[in-house]
Amino acid sequence: MNAISKLSRRNFIVGSTAAIGGLSLGFHVPFGREALADGSAPPEVNAWVVVKPDDTIVIRIARSEMGQGSLTGLAQLVAEELECDWSKVTTEYPTPGQNLARDRVWGDFTTTGSRAIRQSHQYLRQGGAAAREMLIAAAAEQWSVPASECQAANSIITHQPTGRTTTYGQVAEAAARQSPPAEITLKDPKDWKIAGKPLPRLDTADKLTGKQKYGIDLVQPNMMNAAIRACPVFGGKVASFDAAAVESMPGVRKVVQVDETAVAVVADTWWRAKTALDALPITWDEGPNTGVSSATIADMLAEGLEAEDAFVGTSLGDARGVISQGGKIVTATYAYPYQNHATMEPMNAMALWTPERCDVWVPTQSGESSLAAAAEAAGLPIQQCDVHKVHLGGGFGRRGGFQDFVGQAVRIAKQMPGTPVKLIWSREEDMLHGFYHPTTQCKLTGVLDDAGNIKALHIRISGQSILAAVRPEALRDGMDPVVFQGLHNGGDEYAFGYGVENLLVDHAMRNPPIPPGFWRGVNLNQNAVYVECFMDELAHAAGEDPLAFRRKLMGNHPKHLAVLEAVAERIGWNSAPPQGVHRGLAQIMGFGSYVAAAAEVSVSDGQLRIHRIVAATDPGHAVNPAQIERQVEGSFVYGLSACLYGECTVNGGRIEQENFDTYNVLRMAEMPQVETIIMPSGGFWGGVGEPTIAVAAPAVLNAIFAATGKRIRRLPLANHDLGSA
Amino acid sequence: MARITVNGIPHDVDVEPETPLLWVLREQLGLTGTKYGCGVAQCGACTVQIDGAATRSCVLPVSAVEPTQNVTTIEGLSSDGSHPVQKAWLALDVPQCGYCQAGMIMAAAALLEQNKRPTDTDIDAEITNICRCGTYNRVRAAIKRAAEEA
Repeated sequence: MNAISKLSRRNFIVGSTAAIGGLSLGFHVPFGREALADGSAPPEVNAWVVVKPDDTIVIRIARSEMGQGSLTGLAQLVAEELECDWSKVTTEYPTPGQNLARDRVWGDFTTTGSRAIRQSHQYLRQGGAAAREMLIAAAAEQWSVPASECQAANSIITHQPTGRTTTYGQVAEAAARQSPPAEITLKDPKDWKIAGKPLPRLDTADKLTGKQKYGIDLVQPNMMNAAIRACPVFGGKVASFDAAAVESMPGVRKVVQVDETAVAVVADTWWRAKTALDALPITWDEGPNTGVSSATIADMLAEGLEAEDAFVGTSLGDARGVISQGGKIVTATYAYPYQNHATMEPMNAMALWTPERCDVWVPTQSGESSLAAAAEAAGLPIQQCDVHKVHLGGGFGRRGGFQDFVGQAVRIAKQMPGTPVKLIWSREEDMLHGFYHPTTQCKLTGVLDDAGNIKALHIRISGQSILAAVRPEALRDGMDPVVFQGLHNGGDEYAFGYGVENLLVDHAMRNPPIPPGFWRGVNLNQNAVYVECFMDELAHAAGEDPLAFRRKLMGNHPKHLAVLEAVAERIGWNSAPPQGVHRGLAQIMGFGSYVAAAAEVSVSDGQLRIHRIVAATDPGHAVNPAQIERQVEGSFVYGLSACLYGECTVNGGRIEQENFDTYNVLRMAEMPQVETIIMPSGGFWGGVGEPTIAVAAPAVLNAIFAATGKRIRRLPLANHDLGSA
Repeated sequence: MARITVNGIPHDVDVEPETPLLWVLREQLGLTGTKYGCGVAQCGACTVQIDGAATRSCVLPVSAVEPTQNVTTIEGLSSDGSHPVQKAWLALDVPQCGYCQAGMIMAAAALLEQNKRPTDTDIDAEITNICRCGTYNRVRAAIKRAAEEA
């Protein structure tokens, strides 16, 4: 069902006072059901499962599908316990407003941090199991037999003693009146038949014919289109604009100031809106940041590398003391630039505002954040607003917590009450108004003993904090824990994989006025470059093989080591590579999973060619290995795009790259062969959408060193001449 | 007013002549399978075929398309996914977010019309569309599969 037909069918009661009061309400175990007011719709068995009379199974998906495939994986988890016929499974998104009205029965909608499956697998499976038990109970009641004599498989319920059968569709309505079971025992993952299998995605067919609707494609009767321009200088505002100059251009309906920073043109088509916007004279008050450039930012961060004060993320032993005693000291400074998410579908949202109600249709990674942004901009109580989610043409973190495009769409629509307005950003707007992968620099100092062991290691990060900019309430006494991803002393998300007796990881927070954001992989990306390239530097200084050097530090980190050993073995680390080909390794833990990569590259006349990558991932449990494989492959496209080209430079307080002609990304011709090893070791649930990105760059950079003797410490590679080694 | 032929059907559209073909397809004809990605012919999300040749429609004024030329969009490649390229894409479950895929498919189908057995080098040269999710290796494999089965 697309979002628009959803709206016309939406008739649940949103006045439930129990649910009002913000978006931080507690989560309830999702067994309860509520009859939908619309008698024509089949009743839900519970919040997660609707069975239609024709045996179609509708599984409700709270998280967003943006290409990562978790729509399919989440449905597999419900279906596994439901014991339903997978070929009859379809999915639908409940709305954030429905979630709020039902006391957040679907839990968290957020689809960021590689969390969709690992955070919800338990209650999804419970929801599927509860629905199964209710369907069985309904059949047993109709047959007047004990439920314990009935079994369900493949959407068919069988009374074992008599062999009588019925289908889920036939008992669904009666099941909806059953009480949920008091106790649920989940299957052991080793008994899974649907989950854990490499099933094809549920959402492929429409993506091959043009039928799949994205936010940018939605149309409503009487809809208008908006094109927007915000002040290109961060911190700047609209001073004035001459609406009269463009109001008579074809199709133009209105020129509106959206907020302090942006102006929009509303027209019958988007192309006409954009054409008029391009012609609109706008004067900007560029604000206080016009003197900010990449050079001033780099200087600001460089100062932080040597600063006295820093937030301590990890401290073991006395790294400073041991380093001050001297010895064989190795030191290096790395730098990681700003990068734009560059989703293929530019930011967009459609809003319909009336004095009583506001609805928004939007591709979003966080429907509840969209709802909060819509309500705030609408100036209406949140229960008079709703958000209708649409498949995303890429998310990568840009469409998560940041809902600037929703606020803008509502503010425009509010100036045209009763008219649906679809706001589409141009690619240029998207490039100039991102929430950029934060920039950091890192100075690493290590001391080796005579045997080539690390006596002490100091990792000083200087640079931008995402949380300080977007969620200051999440800072811990001022410290941003996100900065230390992959460098924690233990833990189940971001544990450092090496045993170093004297280890200090600290962060001098330096926040330039460029908005930072969660960019797929987040801080794990640059931290993996820093640590894994420096490990190679230390190995080289110690005169040791990079794998052997790491191995002796990883005795207490068997899962980190296992993925590293797996890629080394598959790439043939112990045998010579083909003539002219050189290898590099990297490993890290992030988002709860252990990942490693081995790369084979050649550099000829300064030209880099990445021939082959072997990747290993241990996510604990693998819900759909086929989709994990795709996430791992895709992670190299994202990670290698960043490594080779990804850089947003700043000049005059604005980003200089406005489109793909200057913000290049990896394309087919540069794409290496990727071999993926999925090695779930059980006992934990890790994410897969992000962690592998982090090992792409360091594995390649270490291979480049092996090929050329040249250490690349400042990304991207495009700024370096590999021929001058 | 401009006259164009799209998926075999002539249309008279009331637009400024410099309007890019992409936006005529999307906004006047409602054929939203063809996507906007960059507007500067870099990403290929807007790829359609004009008389069989892969063309980036975001920078092509509608006035530059002759009424005698046939514009084929993803909706016209086949409405039911039965084109060999679409079948290969389905068999290998190629798309992730899917936003770039219509452009990829149109470029691949055009390539296979001209070159029944493209080599890796041919594919590298002809398929320059951007995919941010990272489907390139499966796109390559699907093109080869379609070539074998066509």
